Amino acid sequence: MINLSSVLEVAIATHPGMVRSHNEDSIAADAEIGLAVLADGMGGYNAGEVASGIAVELIRTEMKKSLSNKNPEEINGQDAERLIETHATRANTAIYQASQSQPQYSGMGTTLVVALWHDNQISVGHIGDSRLYRLRGGALEQITRDHSLLQEQIDSGMITKEQARHSQNKNLVTRAVGIDPEVETEIHTYSVQPGDVYLLCSDGLSDMVTDEDVQLTLSSLAANLPLAAEQLVQLANDNGGRDNVSVILVRIAKDYPARAGMLDKVKAWFKWKAGIPPWRS
Amino acid sequence: MEGGDTTMAKLILSLEGSVIREIPLDKERITIGRRPQNDIQIENLAVSGEHACIVTILNDSFLEDLGSTNGTLVNGNPIKKHILQNNDVVEIGKYKMKYVVEAAAAGQAAQDDFERTMVMKSSPGKPTAPKPAAAPTSPPTNAPRPSAAAPLTSPSKPAAPLTSPPRPAAPAAAAQKPAAAEAQPLAALQLLTGPNAGKEIDLVKNLTTLGKPGVQVAVITRRPQGYFITHVEGAVFPVLNGKAIDAQARQLNDHDVIELAGVKMEFFLKR
Repeated sequence: MINLSSVLEVAIATHPGMVRSHNEDSIAADAEIGLAVLADGMGGYNAGEVASGIAVELIRTEMKKSLSNKNPEEINGQDAERLIETHATRANTAIYQASQSQPQYSGMGTTLVVALWHDNQISVGHIGDSRLYRLRGGALEQITRDHSLLQEQIDSGMITKEQARHSQNKNLVTRAVGIDPEVETEIHTYSVQPGDVYLLCSDGLSDMVTDEDVQLTLSSLAANLPLAAEQLVQLANDNGGRDNVSVILVRIAKDYPARAGMLDKVKAWFKWKAGIPPWRS
Repeated sequence: MEGGDTTMAKLILSLEGSVIREIPLDKERITIGRRPQNDIQIENLAVSGEHACIVTILNDSFLEDLGSTNGTLVNGNPIKKHILQNNDVVEIGKYKMKYVVEAAAAGQAAQDDFERTMVMKSSPGKPTAPKPAAAPTSPPTNAPRPSAAAPLTSPSKPAAPLTSPPRPAAPAAAAQKPAAAEAQPLAALQLLTGPNAGKEIDLVKNLTTLGKPGVQVAVITRRPQGYFITHVEGAVFPVLNGKAIDAQARQLNDHDVIELAGVKMEFFLKR
């Protein structure tokens, strides 16, 4: 059974912000299976929160089903990426079908960022402009790259990161879950170190709080993760809180290799060396 | 994805204080220069043949100097490339062009919609129109309209009246504005006991941690409403004016005394 709750410390916070009347973000985290999901919904009336809610709830329950009967050594980077891909695709289909069949949900969609921790690694999938950051050794790094007009302009050299701060086109994403029958999830796997702090957030945080303040908050308050999460939301709201703001923080308390698998391999190797071939042990 | 009203931007061209004309930025690319093929032709020797151009993509207009001899100024500063902000003043030679953004529909509602996240179809590298996903979005007006091609040989024509006053500053990039906390008076802590007694710590950051990691740590946050102290870690909570605080943040007043990890310190406002 996978149980990472002793190695992953998790805190979450979400807030409608100072301007919006309701919260279209949805978040979920499950330390046991090493999962964090965040979605920022879009669409008229309540459709945005319906879309983000479907994405988060579907991925959370399906991941739990897929992972809870597995042993840690059964999940490698490829498996994790496949799981993210599969469930993000299902979420896309579910939202797309709902929006096609019910007029009040027409055109709804959501961004998505999904992180899965396994065997001293993290696999992350994302669609849109919700982000994953990592604090390591006091330095903050943005791990995901937005699927947005602004990021395309930065990538093509049209504008610099500094100029991007002045852009009026912050709110245009080039990819979202549930808009089209199919969606491509960008997925990568990275190695993890004890002490790393991971931050999943909606653009309500990244647009309102500078990277410097995020870095300062995470490095100063890593010992009290719920306070750090609350502090980030508060910073966004103190700066105007123009959008819903959501954060998930995950701190890696210690190593979490897929122990059994490694140990067995090493044992088998020693036995072989000692003259006992593995097929006889 | 709610219908973001497309904003319309324009330039108000003037010379020595008198308005010559308004130029709507209704094409993806508008060129400025002395030669006749420019969209905005300015027949003045201080202006280069191809002086500058403005590329408009949805809500952003990018001004770029095309290597002109005498340069392009925005609000008095020379630029090579610049994202125009509402009420920017572009100077080319003696000519001034004020950049004005008008929302198609004014008011908070439009502004709110304007900031909502929308999806647009991506075609790698070359952004196109936003996808009218939920509510119909008016498409960006990038169809070239006949305009702005008349040469400006006699710039002393009477000023055309402005059709509408410039809109107050757009809800620009929020993150660029420093935390509202900067309006706070500067505050500091003076250590009253311990080996560093007498030392002052200026609270210049939005967040200042105090104490010994792993033993007892508290944080002082600087917010628009003032300064607050919160317990971060350790079994013992900070003592404020002789009383231990709980897990909640507590606002600090001038001359409050904090006791933390065996050290007393006084919070005070600097004036």
